[in-house]
Amino acid sequence: MEDAIRKVTGGAPLRSGRVKLDVPPLIDNGNSVALAVTVESPMTPSDHVKAIHVVTERNPLPNVLSVYLGPRSGRARIATRVRLADTQNVIAIAQMSDGSYWTDSVHVVVTLSACLEEALV
Amino acid sequence: MARAVVNVPATVKRGEIIEIKTLVQHAMETGFRRTQLGELIPRDIIRLFVCTYNGAEIFRAEFHPAISANPLLAFSTVATESGTIAFTWTGDKGFSVTQSARITVV
Amino acid sequence: MPGPSGAGIPPGERRSGYEFMSRETRAMQDDDVTNPGMLWVLDGEALWNRKDGAAGRACADCHGDARAGMKGAAARHPAWDAASGRPINLEQRINACRVGRQRASPLAHESRDLLALTAYVARQSRGMPVDVAIDDRTQPYLDAGRATFTRRQGQLNLACAQCHDERWGQKLAGSTIPQAHPTGYPLYRLEWQSLGSLQRRLRNCMIGMRAEPYAYGAPEFVDLELYLMWRAHGMPFEAPAVRP
Repeated sequence: MEDAIRKVTGGAPLRSGRVKLDVPPLIDNGNSVALAVTVESPMTPSDHVKAIHVVTERNPLPNVLSVYLGPRSGRARIATRVRLADTQNVIAIAQMSDGSYWTDSVHVVVTLSACLEEALV
Repeated sequence: MARAVVNVPATVKRGEIIEIKTLVQHAMETGFRRTQLGELIPRDIIRLFVCTYNGAEIFRAEFHPAISANPLLAFSTVATESGTIAFTWTGDKGFSVTQSARITVV
Repeated sequence: MPGPSGAGIPPGERRSGYEFMSRETRAMQDDDVTNPGMLWVLDGEALWNRKDGAAGRACADCHGDARAGMKGAAARHPAWDAASGRPINLEQRINACRVGRQRASPLAHESRDLLALTAYVARQSRGMPVDVAIDDRTQPYLDAGRATFTRRQGQLNLACAQCHDERWGQKLAGSTIPQAHPTGYPLYRLEWQSLGSLQRRLRNCMIGMRAEPYAYGAPEFVDLELYLMWRAHGMPFEAPAVRP
């Protein structure tokens, strides 16, 4: 996961704040977990969120989603449903137009594994 | 063609920020599952989602196998003018689905 | 010690599986825009209107607009079928029409088209009370379904009733045991990441009990479906539901 984060930030510091990652702390099923990211930003041409990246600590692959926004977005908020393989930390990183990176993380308890499940034939 | 559902308000005031919700039918096969015989089921997922507003790109998303099957994606845009909002999902095995919605901005 | 009676859960205590889910999963079911089951419902609508078979007929040609014609149908199935001399479920009814009226081939169990049509028809009963007809003809099949529900089965030697009548609300591993009502079928199960039928869920249950599951379409399953719908009498139909 650290490599995946470094690929996004190029080694720039990750600052806590401005980003709110919403994931339920305890979930019904790891196959489909509601996830939303909201970033405080005026979303003007000179000050906006360029991208939001979601990564996980313990899935088989760290990357989950990357979205690319701009001033036309109006609001920096996205929602989706993701797979979580195990109890772990989920991290959201917002890349700002001024080159700064902000982050939030949530610890999620998963009682049923999603990605590594045997296929039922 | 795989089914896709988009939810765009039909009529909106200029400058209002609208939330768009999209849903598309796709198994998002991760590439990590095995059959009962132990054979790996190959990865087959949507890779890219692009949204355009009267031809201009307003939103783009890159999906990875950790996105759930039948992906839901909700995002926002500013209602600038009347016209067409178009949605395109592309992925493995030549997967390509488009959907569009008309929006009237008053 | 006598086995479970199979009398079911008293009407005032009946609770849908919906009430045992997390807030997020309930939100997924509540909004037609985010409920993945609606993808199948929309496919089903297209199939409803598509001419098929040697007779070149669409469902709509005989039944009209499903919103009117199919209202309540799913909430009343399994129902008596004179042609086969026994109750049949909604999937069997759809296939009987395909073969008998459209002169088309029957749709395979759990196929995308059968699930789509079933979901579309079932959607038209949403909100209506479950109400299967029990009379002299269907009573023996209800009794057979009750016997299956209350009989110990499989390597774990468990009866469905022991968990779902006697221990609902308690925990099994990390999950809360629901009352096992069929009010939401066909439904989108997060575990399957797909829409599936009641029989698919029942097969999962039997495998979980380490019992040999009946084949899709087996009369034992339809009898059990009849019993489960009788046991859920009066509860609002919710198809297509979402469940973990």
